[in-house]
Amino acid sequence: MLSLAGVNTHIGQYHILQGVDFEVPRGSLTMLLGRNGAGKTTCLRTIMGMWRASAGRVLCGASEIQDMKTPEIARLGIAYVPENMGIFAGLTVRENMLLAARGGAPDEKRLAWIFGLFPALEKFWQTAAGNLSGGQKQMLAIARAIVEPRKLLLVDEPTKGLAPAIIGNMIEAFRELKRTDTTILVVEQNFHFAQSLGDAVAVMDSGRIVHRGRMDALAADSALQAKLLGLSLEAHP
Amino acid sequence: MIRSLLSGDLPRSRALAAALALVLAALVLAPFIFPGTRSLDVAAKIAVFVVLAASYDLLLGYTGVVSFAHTMFFGIGGYGIGLAAANWGSGWGSLAAGSVLALALSAAIAFAVGLLSLRVRAIFFAMITLAVAAFFQILASQLSWLTGGEDGINFSLPRLLHPRLASYYLVLAASTVLFLALLRIVNSPFGRVLLSIRENEFRAEALGTRTVYYRTVANCVGALGATAAGLLYAVWLRYTGPAATLSFDIMVDILLMVVIGGMGTMYGSVLGATIFVLAQSYLRDLMKLASGAVSGVPLLPDLLHPDRWLLWLGVLFILCVYYFPTGIVGRLRK
Repeated sequence: MLSLAGVNTHIGQYHILQGVDFEVPRGSLTMLLGRNGAGKTTCLRTIMGMWRASAGRVLCGASEIQDMKTPEIARLGIAYVPENMGIFAGLTVRENMLLAARGGAPDEKRLAWIFGLFPALEKFWQTAAGNLSGGQKQMLAIARAIVEPRKLLLVDEPTKGLAPAIIGNMIEAFRELKRTDTTILVVEQNFHFAQSLGDAVAVMDSGRIVHRGRMDALAADSALQAKLLGLSLEAHP
Repeated sequence: MIRSLLSGDLPRSRALAAALALVLAALVLAPFIFPGTRSLDVAAKIAVFVVLAASYDLLLGYTGVVSFAHTMFFGIGGYGIGLAAANWGSGWGSLAAGSVLALALSAAIAFAVGLLSLRVRAIFFAMITLAVAAFFQILASQLSWLTGGEDGINFSLPRLLHPRLASYYLVLAASTVLFLALLRIVNSPFGRVLLSIRENEFRAEALGTRTVYYRTVANCVGALGATAAGLLYAVWLRYTGPAATLSFDIMVDILLMVVIGGMGTMYGSVLGATIFVLAQSYLRDLMKLASGAVSGVPLLPDLLHPDRWLLWLGVLFILCVYYFPTGIVGRLRK
């Protein structure tokens, strides 16, 4: 579904992505892991066209998207959930959802399915998004991304700053989303969250992919975790 | 009925609803409860400036675009009517033709300026609009054979509009319709997109929004609103000139009206324009009274001398911004 080949990204004088290669298989949930500053967020932003790739190719299905503008990439069916709950605080929950529904009003059945995933959104439908709690804002950001069926969902650190109970809800929501065969790429720091959901994994370090494989294999190999991420699953139950 | 007229955007505060009702009632009844030419002139100016400030709020408050060309579009409206009436006669046909041409010219300029400069950073757009507006003002002053130069153009209107009362109610009715139209625009899906762009352009783009397109359209709608206000102001004054419509002072006035009233609220334009025009028109008289009342006290009569009205107007606005950082409407809605 998504493939990056030799992608380089410069931000000002800094060379952030230094030849990133990896693939996100159709219908899978792929985790992109790595230490702070490894280039994970830049990678998602480069896919979305927010940073222009200085070299390399980004393919979504059969389309080369590395030279496209962000709105055109979004219109291909790629949804992006930025880190820090990227919602529009001044608009209501309803207005946030309507903004993402490009085909007009959202489909009632789909909306009911989303309310099933995130019941709080139905309760606060007419509330200003800025008044929601952190967890609810994150739910809204994800709900907005899936208000219409998407080819690919890019999610940047969905658990950042959330309480463990909310993270549990989020895991359930992503499990439900996986059942719809949506292709998902998630950048994450929380290894428990990653190993609960990931089918495949790519690990970044210093702007490069340093490991690719199955998530369960990485979860089972404490030594590899320590080597790649400087942690072990035992330390993060 | 009222909800529908207001496009579902109700005042959401009893005090605000009461203030808006008071302004509307005062404007409708102005010819009867405030007799005299001056008070009617102030009322008409309030009606026109509500539209002018609301159209600027669509740009500044709803889209986050800082433009200094708003008076240029206001002036295009004024000159559209003025030139048509002065050159083609005072019939309805020439007024209609002048209005259509002015609106078309404004839309074309706003589209061109927007498309060329809304891609760049906000500060560059602001500078470009400032330059274009200054150029237009110089043009209006220099092309005296066409525009009357600094003296402007006096013209007459169709016979039906000769009574001041008829002109006043035409201006008031048209201003009300224009304000409600702007309110509908900001409460439509289009308005929602503008708010999302103002809040976070990158997030809006990530949802597939072509931000340059939306900002350009907003620039055109704002320009058309300002031009329509200019048309009405010219109809009311039966005159147009650089000082009345194109001056940079008017641009500052609009900015203050929007900020004091409350940005991104539309109703803020009503209160901002009303308070500002009233202060501009009557503060000097109030100070004359106050100065006379404290004539025996040292220093105070000098401080309250009517010639110092601009100083006190400034103080009044500093206090407004200090105590109402989200504008009067923001404060009333809290």
